[in-house]
Amino acid sequence: MLLGKVIGTLTPAIIYPGLEGIPMLLVQPLDKKMKAEGRVVVACDTTRMAAPEEIVYYEGGREAALALEKWFVPVDHTIIGIVDDVNYLDLE
Amino acid sequence: MILGRVCGSMCSTINHQFFDGKKLLLVDRLKKDGTPSGKYIIAVDTVGAGAGEMVLVLDEGNSARQIINDSSAPLRSVIIGIVDKISLLND
Repeated sequence: MLLGKVIGTLTPAIIYPGLEGIPMLLVQPLDKKMKAEGRVVVACDTTRMAAPEEIVYYEGGREAALALEKWFVPVDHTIIGIVDDVNYLDLE
Repeated sequence: MILGRVCGSMCSTINHQFFDGKKLLLVDRLKKDGTPSGKYIIAVDTVGAGAGEMVLVLDEGNSARQIINDSSAPLRSVIIGIVDKISLLND
C-alpha cells in the first residue's frame, strides 16, 4: 500500500458490469513525506468517502479488486482508507 | 520477502472493514547493506514491530492472505519478522 492524494473525480459514461456506482477518483501517488511522486492513477474508492484534497492510502494489483464488494472486476488500484495522521520516526 | 526498516506509523478511522484494528506501519525499503533505497511501503504488522526496527516484509498477496487467515482480504504487504542480524558473504 502507498500514500496518495485525491486530486479529482472521474465519471464514466459506460463501465464494465460490476463496477456500476463505484466512485472513481484521480490519485496522485506520494512519497512518505507527502511529496508528489510518479504518475497519476485512477482508483476505485472502497470507503466511498474520499474527496479531493484528502490524503488516502491505496492498494495496487490483484488485491485492489478484492477490496470491492464484487471482487471479480477489472480494477488495479483501490483506495483502502483515508489517512488521519502519519507519525514519522526521526532516526537521525 | 524484502528487508525494511520501520520509519513511522499511520492511523486512519475511515477505511475498509478488514483494516479495523490493524496496525499500519510505514516501512523504508532497504538495500542489502541496510541503507534505505528511497522507496517505502505501508504494511500491516503481525509480529509487534516497533519504530526503527529492521523487519522482514512479505509483499505478495496470496501468502499475506494465508497468514491473515482470510481468503478475501485486500492485503498484500505484511510484516512477518524482526531481523536481528544479516551476514553477507563478501563483506
